[in-house]
Amino acid sequence: MSWFHRLWRIPTGRAALVVVAVIGIVAAVSLVWTPLDPARADAYTAWAPPGWPHLLGTDGTGRDIASLLMAGARSTVVVALGASIVAIVVGVALAALGALTSRPVREAVAVAVDVLIAFPVLLIAMMIAAVWGGSLWVVIWSVGIGYGVNIARVARGELRRIGRADFVLAARASGLTGGQILTRHLLPNTAPVFIVQLSWSMAAAVLAEAGLSFLGVGAPVTLPSWGLLLSELQGYVAIHPLSVVWPGLAITLTVLALNLLGDALREATDPRLTRTRSEARS
Amino acid sequence: MTLVVRELAIEIDGSRVVDGVSFEVPSGARLGIIGESGSGKSLTALAVMGLLPHGAHATGSVTWNGREILGLPDRELAAIRGSEIGMVFQEPQTALNPIRRVGGQIAEAARIHRGVRGPEARALAERLAAAVGLPDPAGIVRRYPHQLSGGQRQRVGIAAALAAEPSLIIADEPTTALDVTVQKGILELLASIVADRGASLVFITHDLAVLAQVATHAVVLERGRVVEEGAVADLLSAPTHPVTQGLLRDSKATLWRRHD
Repeated sequence: MSWFHRLWRIPTGRAALVVVAVIGIVAAVSLVWTPLDPARADAYTAWAPPGWPHLLGTDGTGRDIASLLMAGARSTVVVALGASIVAIVVGVALAALGALTSRPVREAVAVAVDVLIAFPVLLIAMMIAAVWGGSLWVVIWSVGIGYGVNIARVARGELRRIGRADFVLAARASGLTGGQILTRHLLPNTAPVFIVQLSWSMAAAVLAEAGLSFLGVGAPVTLPSWGLLLSELQGYVAIHPLSVVWPGLAITLTVLALNLLGDALREATDPRLTRTRSEARS
Repeated sequence: MTLVVRELAIEIDGSRVVDGVSFEVPSGARLGIIGESGSGKSLTALAVMGLLPHGAHATGSVTWNGREILGLPDRELAAIRGSEIGMVFQEPQTALNPIRRVGGQIAEAARIHRGVRGPEARALAERLAAAVGLPDPAGIVRRYPHQLSGGQRQRVGIAAALAAEPSLIIADEPTTALDVTVQKGILELLASIVADRGASLVFITHDLAVLAQVATHAVVLERGRVVEEGAVADLLSAPTHPVTQGLLRDSKATLWRRHD
């Protein structure tokens, strides 16, 4: 049974996967089609309640909230994917350097990681954005590096633990070199750790994008983004409380789904865990 | 295909744990290294493979077919490991990667050293699994280590050590973690495989009775030094050193237990 089948058999994993897939599909579809033009303002339909044709109502300039949410999913997906790719590359590289090299290099990397972890990611992102202007790139790089060092710190210990295992010694005795040990034995055995960390950094990236855009230093105002929409709508929360619910719900749901997906993936990719489950059944 | 170890010494953090060990394994020979735990026998084997843990330093000489291999860079040693010298480990529970299928692990050395891939690698794994007496070779190569018994896993370990057809096999207490009944099968397997392939064997153990079944000659280690060496038959019938006599008493005691 493949890991995908195992994931599918975990109820929360299935639900989370569906939510994440729906968000991805919505983001892709919004490139070619949205119910209405998300950028089209119309003073006559401002603050329309949910109904037809505005399924989730409109904002203060008469833009369709449903269409804005669909288009905003693009920013979310781009940032989540971009930041997680940066985070995994930084995390694997630093963890490998911190676990497998000679002692002076190891210790230098450990210090560098500890120093980097001490920097608050969002503050750095805001500083960069304040100097060079906000963009999704700033969010991707700052969150990617910020969570990459977190991944490195967790994975370093795990890599060292696995590195001391007998089967790694046995693999070296069959003639594998350092790089082959890393790719064929250490990384596959630490993959569950990386996957969980990856889902967390994706969730964090979604939150960071929303937060930075909310503060006006993330997505530029021309780009649809849930954080921007939330920030725009929350000014009127006392008068139109319903409208602010939609972007908030989208962000919460996405972050929750990513976290649950990570947990379910960890369970599904670890044959030792499946064994205990199947043994428990028999 | 001769292994010569001369005046091998190993220091760990300044203390000498192996001191002046010398032995020779000519082509086709079966040598036992015997001693109590902590006598330095496993470290000696790891030093030959160039797999000493960090902080351990070996001096002296280890030559393989006339070439000095002690202190070679890891990359050059990696070319020898598995392809010319194979190793079987003590703990079948942990010596296999838990998340990779057995077949891939059996064929690993052949994949690295001989470039054997795909269906060819699968066929090789099945052939080796059959050669080491695993039941249902075609099915077992698709399994994960946790689905196998301890004895089966040790057979997998032996099959893996054979994959690239090394001319020397170093077995480090391969039967210690196994049931007595399973031990016998593994010992017979090792002896027959070494004989069939014309390979030489270095067998490490603390049990003289076990040694008698696989090796012709042996060196006895105590605290990192060779205290006695000779034909296994002589060591069994007329041990001269107190350590050897002690080991013989221990193995007789286990023999008695086995006959209970």
